[in-house]
Amino acid sequence: MCLAVPGKILSMSGDDPWTRTAKVSFGGVVIDVNLAYLPDVKVDDYVIVHAGFALSQIDEAEALRIFEDLSGLTAELGEDGEPAV
Amino acid sequence: MKFIDEYRDPAAAGRWLAAIRGLVTRPWTLMEVCGGQTHAILKYGIDELLPREVTLLHGPGCPVCVTPLEKIDRAVELASRSDVIFCSFGDMLRVPGTDRDLLSVKASGGDVRIVYSPLDAVRIATENPDKQVVFFAVGFETTAPGNAMAVYQAKRAGLGNFSVLVSHVLVPPALEAILGSPSCRVQGFLAAGHVCAVMGYSEYIPIAARYKVPIVVTGFEPIDLLHGVFLCLKQLEEGRAEVENQYARVVSELGNRPAQALVREVFGVVTRAWRGIGEIPGSGLGLNEAFAGFDAERRFDLSAVGPRPEPAECIAGQVLQGLRKPHECQAFGTRCTPEHPLGATMVSSEGACAAYYQHRRVVGGQEGSR
Repeated sequence: MCLAVPGKILSMSGDDPWTRTAKVSFGGVVIDVNLAYLPDVKVDDYVIVHAGFALSQIDEAEALRIFEDLSGLTAELGEDGEPAV
Repeated sequence: MKFIDEYRDPAAAGRWLAAIRGLVTRPWTLMEVCGGQTHAILKYGIDELLPREVTLLHGPGCPVCVTPLEKIDRAVELASRSDVIFCSFGDMLRVPGTDRDLLSVKASGGDVRIVYSPLDAVRIATENPDKQVVFFAVGFETTAPGNAMAVYQAKRAGLGNFSVLVSHVLVPPALEAILGSPSCRVQGFLAAGHVCAVMGYSEYIPIAARYKVPIVVTGFEPIDLLHGVFLCLKQLEEGRAEVENQYARVVSELGNRPAQALVREVFGVVTRAWRGIGEIPGSGLGLNEAFAGFDAERRFDLSAVGPRPEPAECIAGQVLQGLRKPHECQAFGTRCTPEHPLGATMVSSEGACAAYYQHRRVVGGQEGSR
């Protein structure tokens, strides 16, 4: 029930803030998603959806940071996890 | 798919594993809170790839598993009524009640419908004014915003034939219950990423300080889990106990404020019983007085359906608290399977027993694949 994968907003419709809806694509599977809790998203944004509600927008800069951290760590430790000399 | 494939990259996973190996100097026991994380760990074999010193215990974060037997029995009772359309998330249908499950009610003619969103149940109520529509409002903080919205919109529309059977639970009180137990072995937590997407993580800061445990907000993909384990172990090795956010691409410190506001308007904090664990003070959500008219337990007389004993052989309660692992149960894979479950942990797509059954070849109390 708490599992979710990021989906991409294809289009948005409606003016009522309680019922505004987006078409969100999950790898090609498109579902209608309520936007009441994420009023500021726009087309092409990626969102996390639970039970038909968009609840979080993916932060693209943060999404890359984990790999930058890993590069730094590998440079520090070496590929085998032992400190590089 | 973007934001998924790169978090499943075997080369990156290997480098995180190397980093973890270079870090660990002694045995540590961590608990991943969410059942979705448990399934990913078992599916990708992360527990077997980690150094021997690191033990992962599986936490209580499976809403299907912790919904009390009494609530399942009440759901079955409601769904059996000829004037009721009973709507539920799909994973509740095969959870065993005392005598039967919701799927068997459906098979014998009950109008039980699987919905993806609680708003679907509101729509069904609008379309069926001569029926009572009851939605089974279960889950952790992730489903609470949707369920709150359904009740709020039903009230806004003046829908007299919609109600909810509520069994909502909250993560932080469960962590405190686990940490407060004398048999607790957990030294660090991987907190449930999507719960924190809604709630933020400030409520974990006093727990980390009080019990001196690191709590790392963690995502669900293999690289997320390895990164979360790495950050948690690093804190333990350095003698720190802080809240850290591994899943920053999805989780902010404050969470989703509009969602929290509507959840607070519709629901209040109540004491809840957790299946297999017992009552935990302040660990659930119930409808506030202003929305009490939408409470199925007030609308229908369910007083005949009270607490019942669990099957004696099932150890789900101990599994949910990280005290035992699924394959340590003598019924595992023999008298208890996903087709014929004794407990909810074998049914749910987030249950630890189902994860072991699906991803690990284990039979009759023995683990075979290691």
